[in-house]
Amino acid sequence: MKITQDEVLHAARLARLKLGLAEVEKFQNELDSILEYMDMLSKVETGDIEPMSRSFHVTNVFREDEAVRSQDRAEALLNAPCHKDGVVVVPKVIE
Amino acid sequence: MNGYDITIGLEVHAQLLTESKIFCGCRARTVQEPNTNTCPVCMGMPGTLPVLNRKAVDYGIRLGLATGCRIAKKSIFARKNYFYPDLPKGYQITQHLTPLCAGGTLDIETASGAKSIRIMRIHMEEDAGKTIHGDREPYSYVDYNRSGVPLLEIVSMPDITSSEEAAVYLRETRKILMFLEICDGNMEEGSFRCDANISVKPAGSREYGIRTEIKNMNSFKNVQKALDFEVRRHIGILRSGGSIVQETRLWDAAAGATMSMRSKEESHDYRYFPEPDLVPVEVGEDWIEKIREDLPELPAHLRRRFQSQFGLPAYDAGVLTGSKALARYFEECVKLLDAPKEISNWIMTEVLHVINEQGIDISSFPISPERLTEMIGLVRQGVISVHIAKEVFSEMTSTGKSASEIVHEKNITQISDEEQIRGLAKTIVEANPDEAAKYRAGKTGLLGFFVGKLMSATEGKANPKLAGRIVKETLEQ
Amino acid sequence: MEDRILQTARSYRRFDRSPVAEIEALIRTIRQDKTNSFITIDEEGALRDAAAAEKMLAHSDDPLVGVPIAVKDNICTRGLATTCASKILAGFVPTYDATAVKRLKERGAVIIGKTNLDEFAMGSTTATSSIGPTLNPWDLSKTPGGSSGGSGAAVAAGLCAGALGSDTGGSIRMPASFCGITGLKPTYGAVSRFGLVAFASSLDQIGPMAVSARDTAVLFDALKGHDPLDSTSAQREYPQMGLEALDLKGVRIGIPEEFFSEGLDPDVERSVFFGISTLENLGAEIQQIKLPHVRYGVAVYYIIATAEASSNLARYDGVRYGARDTDAKDLLDMYLETRSKGFNDEVKRRIMLGTYVLSAGYYDAYYKKASQVRSLIARDFEEAFAQCDLIAGPTTPVTAFGIHDMVDDPLRIYLLDIYTIPANLAGLPAISFPCGFGAEGLPVGMQLIAPHFREDLLLGAGIAFQEWTKFHRVKP
Ligand SMILES: [Mg+2]
Ligand SMILES: [Zn+2]
Repeated sequence: MKITQDEVLHAARLARLKLGLAEVEKFQNELDSILEYMDMLSKVETGDIEPMSRSFHVTNVFREDEAVRSQDRAEALLNAPCHKDGVVVVPKVIE
Repeated sequence: MNGYDITIGLEVHAQLLTESKIFCGCRARTVQEPNTNTCPVCMGMPGTLPVLNRKAVDYGIRLGLATGCRIAKKSIFARKNYFYPDLPKGYQITQHLTPLCAGGTLDIETASGAKSIRIMRIHMEEDAGKTIHGDREPYSYVDYNRSGVPLLEIVSMPDITSSEEAAVYLRETRKILMFLEICDGNMEEGSFRCDANISVKPAGSREYGIRTEIKNMNSFKNVQKALDFEVRRHIGILRSGGSIVQETRLWDAAAGATMSMRSKEESHDYRYFPEPDLVPVEVGEDWIEKIREDLPELPAHLRRRFQSQFGLPAYDAGVLTGSKALARYFEECVKLLDAPKEISNWIMTEVLHVINEQGIDISSFPISPERLTEMIGLVRQGVISVHIAKEVFSEMTSTGKSASEIVHEKNITQISDEEQIRGLAKTIVEANPDEAAKYRAGKTGLLGFFVGKLMSATEGKANPKLAGRIVKETLEQ
Repeated sequence: MEDRILQTARSYRRFDRSPVAEIEALIRTIRQDKTNSFITIDEEGALRDAAAAEKMLAHSDDPLVGVPIAVKDNICTRGLATTCASKILAGFVPTYDATAVKRLKERGAVIIGKTNLDEFAMGSTTATSSIGPTLNPWDLSKTPGGSSGGSGAAVAAGLCAGALGSDTGGSIRMPASFCGITGLKPTYGAVSRFGLVAFASSLDQIGPMAVSARDTAVLFDALKGHDPLDSTSAQREYPQMGLEALDLKGVRIGIPEEFFSEGLDPDVERSVFFGISTLENLGAEIQQIKLPHVRYGVAVYYIIATAEASSNLARYDGVRYGARDTDAKDLLDMYLETRSKGFNDEVKRRIMLGTYVLSAGYYDAYYKKASQVRSLIARDFEEAFAQCDLIAGPTTPVTAFGIHDMVDDPLRIYLLDIYTIPANLAGLPAISFPCGFGAEGLPVGMQLIAPHFREDLLLGAGIAFQEWTKFHRVKP
């Protein structure tokens, strides 16, 4: 296996996904065969080729520093599942 | 310290004084009413995209140049991925492998002398919103007003070796930011924030100790206290043969201690990768030169210049360059009246006293440089005594009147007329024959007695130097 | 029917039909339709905009005035639910229009509704949609392809005059091919991404889908151009798109041998070769070319796209919008429950894969390596375009297949994108238009790829092709 159950669980934790035992196994198998396929890349000679993270070569796109009117609070909170007195309410953060 | 070496690295986050946020047009200033300073972009709504505020880059370059950093020819933004309710997109747009500035230094002066602290990097990033944790209720509350406010993160090399140095470094960093007019430096309100990394190792050992990170120190005092606490804690653990746990700890000011944040199950795995929604920033020489031309004189340079140009002691120069506005005030005064040390004395004592007492800034101090120097001029000309001048000064502060107006109205001009003083002296000596005889018999300490009588007879207006000389002459005739 | 958009525009101006009547009729048809193409029908908004369009007609000769357009449901529409076919966006109503939508509205087009897709555009069948799959109007037992399957089926079934899709690895071209219509993936940066719910930001593009290349050109003309809200949108002046056929005389068309590889259905191959010979008959010079690294495209794509997706989909956390699991006892629990219940397996699989390839210790082996190979693929195209003006090949290796086939084999599904992915990786414009029918009578699409910002060549060649062929005129 290219990916261990622990690694599946680690990725799930990072991504805030809860997986049942059966799902862990299912994802492990599926990710494994995908990663196996991706192994073909290791055969490509890439040396110090610049990694390409965007498909065009534009630089320096800016906004000028001008403040515009913000949206109304009602609009900001329009889609919030739970809000009260102008703040978004979430279950308590326990560190 | 006691057989241990302390190593401290500081991470400062400075909110920039731009008009708008770093990636959207919302105002960058903190607003009181929660969630009234947001738009779909800084709320991380689906489909929205960031566009970089040019001024945030200008300000980053400004700080980079001020601290002698190399400005990156090409820098890119990255995503730092983690979940928190005040982080709307689930990632922070920051810079990772290519910070805007790197490799600078910041000179500090502590009781033990001058020292250069190396700056590893300065990078641009966005601030998060604010989460308020309920006390009793099982809820937390989120306000996104601050989300997207531009930040510069300033990371020092581990060159700081004591909590005092840390505090001085922070004060100097803050002062530079404020001189550059790119951050208001308000620590209580969080526009200037600091996290510290600290490790302790046996003196002389070449390997660093295990470090802990301390957060939540919102004043210079707290930074120093937290670091002192942490040093003691580390040394205590090492002495008893234990080992330090690498972790993040929160400073609890009320308890006067750092507390372990219940360590998250996962190690920090932020999965940085290049931000595909933004393009690289390329800074050419012309851009750098333009910023360099506008660079103001910085505190360290100003300190040295005040000493050499005006012959001020190092202490005076340090105080007078405490803020850009104060230094400017001093220089205005010196331009009007060539008496740097006297001006410095007045500013360091009376002026700063009023400012501190009233909790105001020099910019709103009611006595202008013109009026202050006019008053000091009256002292120099002997029109009023230093003693009277202090009263006049306080009158000026409260009424806004000029020194000469006050002197005129209250008729408190100093008596410097020798004949007038001689006449008074004669009368006083004649009125106190016993004391005069004792003086003449060698009890010269009684001179003060006669001068005091003369001063009270003139309600303090007599020129004290003149009075002393004339009384002495009269007695010795 | 040849051009649906242009004919609708003509019929309005001949007073054969009014926009309001057109929209009313269309909405009746959509309600009876069996393809499950729409997630939301905006009857009220469409009728209001149609009425406004009637006034506009008097003083505008814009062909889009009053023309009914459908929008893929991962493109934000102000005041109209935008779900990405995901439970996690239940109830989400944007307060802003995507720039593409705004531009269509400004031109007078009427948005009739939001079309079905694979959840968050991750898929090739629409099978992962929270409202169930869209069915192919040519054969209701078949998939329309994905992820813009709702838009593809709606255009093919005549439920709109044209539609917007989005294409990250082939999501416009594949359904265009499966549904027998024309679809254009523009150059990366040609159309603003503002308001397009991000899947893989460095690959995503919004593009037009229509029955003909000429209609597609009309839509592209409205969509293209710089948008200050999207930093990756190109700052360039575009000439207005001509609606004329490109003179193919002397146009050099490269045929990459890698596009005729193992796994290509013989029926598809035959039709595509027919298409290529048609272009040759029109004067094009056909030549063999090599794109040696495109065979790595799928592997590169599923690393880069999932890495970006894992980050782009982090914002669906139940805090500011969308569904939230309300039984959660603390924040971590709320995140876990909300996201686990809100996303389907395909989305989770991609989030997991993307998280894994970016995680400590794996970044270099996967993400960095893939980004380097992406450079090589882009270089292959650069070299190819030094020799030819256009590249031609199949859009997909197969024609539409059964809606329940292949759902359990992610890798096989991923490989369906093998010919479309390279254009996304290199940021190149590509078009798919029908060039024949397979054994079961299902449409076959051929793909043309052009150098950056040469949509004019693609559309012009498509128009030329369709002036000489009838495939695009055949209705399901
Ligand atoms: Mg930071
Ligand atoms: Zn904003």
